[in-house]
Amino acid sequence: MTENAPLTKKDFSSDQEVRWCPGCGDYAILAAVQRTLPKVGATLENTVFISGIGCSSRFPYYMNTYGFHTIHGRAPAFATGLKVVRPDLDVWVISGDGDSLSIGGNHMLHVLRRNVNLQYLLFNNQIYGLTKGQYSPTSDVGQISPSSPYGSIDQPVTPVRIALGAGARFVARGYDVSKQLPDVLEAAHRFQGASFVEILQNCPVFNDGVFDLITDRKKGPQHQLWLEHGQPMTFGKNGEMGVRLNPQTLSAEIVTLGENGITEADLLVHDETNRNIAWLIADLPDVKALGVLYREDGPVYDESVRQQVQMAEERAKGADLKSLLREGHTWTVS
Amino acid sequence: MSDVEKANGTASELPRELLDSVVIRFAGDSGDGMQLTGMQFTTATALMGNDLATFPDFPAEIRAPAGTTYGVSGFQIHFADHDILTPGDAPDVLVAMNPAALKVNLPELKRGGLLVVNTGAFTKGNLKKAGYDTNPLEDGSTDPYRLLDLDISKLSLNAVAELGLGAKDAGRTKNMWTLGLMFWLFGRDRQSTVDWLEKKFAKKPDIAQANILALNAGHIYGESAEMPSGIGVYQVPKAELEPGEYRNIDGNQALAWGLATGGKLASLPVFYGSYPITPASSLLHNLAKLKHLGVTTFQAEDEIAAVCAAIGASFGGAVGVTGTSGPGVALKGEAIGLAIATELPLIVCDVQRGGPSTGLPTKTEQSDLFQAVWGRNGDAPLIVLAAATPGDCFHMAIEAVRLSTKYMTPVVLLTDGYIANGAEPWKLPDLDAIAPFPVHFHTDTEGFFPFQRDPETLARVWAKPGTPGLQHRIGGLEKNQHSGHISYDPDNHHAMVKLRAQKVANVAKDVPEATLELGEAGGDVLVVGWGSTYGSIRQAVQHTMKKGAKVAHLHLRNIWPLPRGLEDLMKSFDKVIIAELNDGQLLKLLRAELLTDAIGHQKIAGQPFRVSELVEMIETHLPGGSDARPSAVA
Repeated sequence: MTENAPLTKKDFSSDQEVRWCPGCGDYAILAAVQRTLPKVGATLENTVFISGIGCSSRFPYYMNTYGFHTIHGRAPAFATGLKVVRPDLDVWVISGDGDSLSIGGNHMLHVLRRNVNLQYLLFNNQIYGLTKGQYSPTSDVGQISPSSPYGSIDQPVTPVRIALGAGARFVARGYDVSKQLPDVLEAAHRFQGASFVEILQNCPVFNDGVFDLITDRKKGPQHQLWLEHGQPMTFGKNGEMGVRLNPQTLSAEIVTLGENGITEADLLVHDETNRNIAWLIADLPDVKALGVLYREDGPVYDESVRQQVQMAEERAKGADLKSLLREGHTWTVS
Repeated sequence: MSDVEKANGTASELPRELLDSVVIRFAGDSGDGMQLTGMQFTTATALMGNDLATFPDFPAEIRAPAGTTYGVSGFQIHFADHDILTPGDAPDVLVAMNPAALKVNLPELKRGGLLVVNTGAFTKGNLKKAGYDTNPLEDGSTDPYRLLDLDISKLSLNAVAELGLGAKDAGRTKNMWTLGLMFWLFGRDRQSTVDWLEKKFAKKPDIAQANILALNAGHIYGESAEMPSGIGVYQVPKAELEPGEYRNIDGNQALAWGLATGGKLASLPVFYGSYPITPASSLLHNLAKLKHLGVTTFQAEDEIAAVCAAIGASFGGAVGVTGTSGPGVALKGEAIGLAIATELPLIVCDVQRGGPSTGLPTKTEQSDLFQAVWGRNGDAPLIVLAAATPGDCFHMAIEAVRLSTKYMTPVVLLTDGYIANGAEPWKLPDLDAIAPFPVHFHTDTEGFFPFQRDPETLARVWAKPGTPGLQHRIGGLEKNQHSGHISYDPDNHHAMVKLRAQKVANVAKDVPEATLELGEAGGDVLVVGWGSTYGSIRQAVQHTMKKGAKVAHLHLRNIWPLPRGLEDLMKSFDKVIIAELNDGQLLKLLRAELLTDAIGHQKIAGQPFRVSELVEMIETHLPGGSDARPSAVA
């Protein structure tokens, strides 16, 4: 590599052998991230991947950047501390559905509502892979697993709704083998603040085919609603499907254009600055809204920290440790 | 009260009785403002040039039901014309603002002591709430004391009547009235309190005025009213302190300032992540004010996030610090283990309180020693330090930063509620005289791997993100000792566990050798202490030494690794007593590490040692005492 040669996907790959199961969706996500970084002008030394525990959390070892494989569920807290002292770094949090929504639910909530300037990738495979296949907080009711031999009785959570509820200002969704995933990642990277991206990911060993309905090459497009800001929500092979607001139930419903006189004018127009719309389309039956569901700028935590420090420095007017020790009453013994 | 001689008149024109030391306890309902009253008395006393020590003792409830014994809040101050180390045992003066405060504290007042009581609060209802069947002011209960009973509630209301305040605000001035009276009794200057009131209530001038009126009224009452016989005014002359500039400081304040100073000496920013917890919260409050001095504070969502954020900051090249009490340390255990495995600096300040579980949040104890030394999964050694006094917190915080950054390992710094909240006059250190220890980050790409070590300290290199060519990954999985890649190799794991242990053990070469605080080696009894018991043990040993006993005091500031020379010193004594405020944790540690046959002396009452009880204990172990070792060896 010469000094100024543009970086490539290969530059971002570490020398470590990737050890996910053959066919794991994580390979595709890794490739998408490695492809995205050169495009967004990332440098090796200023990029940091921070993960928790789980299959997804091995991710940093495969990146030729700085990386920190931390403890279960806490990656957002490590990332927050790092960003507060080093806002110059480009930080990516890598997590899974168990890591983020069970053990680390609290930290995901707080890193999003604080709007720390980082990218938060949640690999959702609806199962615990590393511990050999127990149901996760996103598993469907009835999921048979070693810890739920009669089927899971837990109600699943919808990750993007958790993010929206936490006050996240950038919420997006993609899936592992999607060609558009790098675009979603690029948008996440561009956003100033906490960018939350749920990535649907197949676990070929413990939950194979869980997202087939969405990701299947042939049938998938009938179930993928790719969002575009300012455009009516249409999808399907020929754009014949759409999403309409039902004013009676205040819910989004799937409609077919042309049926019952429905035209494009009846459809919801995507407004990515509208949190309510994002909420409505976050959990459609048999259809996944993909791309950017919600995006709105707001105060960025690490910048606010910086501003307060600056303000304190101005107000202190050169006060130092010596003057600190003499704050309030002192007296001299001679 | 102690020795007496008549001194000549002071401002009040009365002859003042000369005392060498006084212990005053202010006690009232937790809403009566006793802590504020005590702190104001402390400031005024420090400005008079006395040496002093304080002991705030308050309930966990912010406002426990009024009038109940469990809602009683106390503040004890010991001040003297000589060097003192503890807030005193039994008070000479008790101020009881209500029956419950009297009930809780009267048994401890010295016989013949001065008892100041607010009779206005001695209503039928309050007497009943305190568990009194008859009024103790009328049934002879107070006969052994010199009673000064005043309706302070009414006197303070009268004093502020002209302002036409609401009953609530006017009623709240009774503590300032009482303080005014106490200032008069002990000849303290009111100005520092007046200044403080004006600043505190700058936006509520009528409240400031009311409190100042009450303060002055209490003082004037003393000057003009006829006091019962046996009650006069007192003088405690200035203490002979080492020359220098002094201030009052409590342990958490000293700790905060020490951390900021440590950061400067290491040439690093300080990051403090914390979740509020008694009695560590004021550490966060103090540090939050130091943004202009390179300190960033982060109030995390929980204890775990607090320590994780601190480790994240260390990864980024700052000094990551977290502070908490015992329950918080329990929650942080896994993350501390990660800092050990990834060999990053981290300082964990544990302001101990009574345990287990929620335990006694506002009471002091030294029961986190095991947790600090051994409280993690795996073989996970780290450095454990303990501060001895409020002022010592400053120096130990600097030492924690030095060791943590030099050895690339977490340090647990133990303090406790007693020194965290207790104040003492503190001679300001000469900051220019403290040797800096600037951190040098690794930047050399030649042959770099993340677990490259300094051959002497065994500390690994600190290569922070942003450094070109040094990209690397760290984590909690065991790493190959050379490449830093994940390794499940059996021999490598053995070697890494030993390496981490050796690295921490090496710290012993870098810290002071064990020395005696008092006494000489080879005596009859050695009392070993650690942490906040320093003052009580020292005074008790001093007392018995004066009587001719061959007794000595050794105080540990380095709990892990133990200092060099400790074993030899201990073995030179006929008997070694380990005195601590727990069920024998240092005792067990020293027995295990040094095979010493030491004896334990424990107090697990949520209260510090009294000097008198330690003196008594030491005497039983001296030759001829009831617990003395038989002279003939079997």
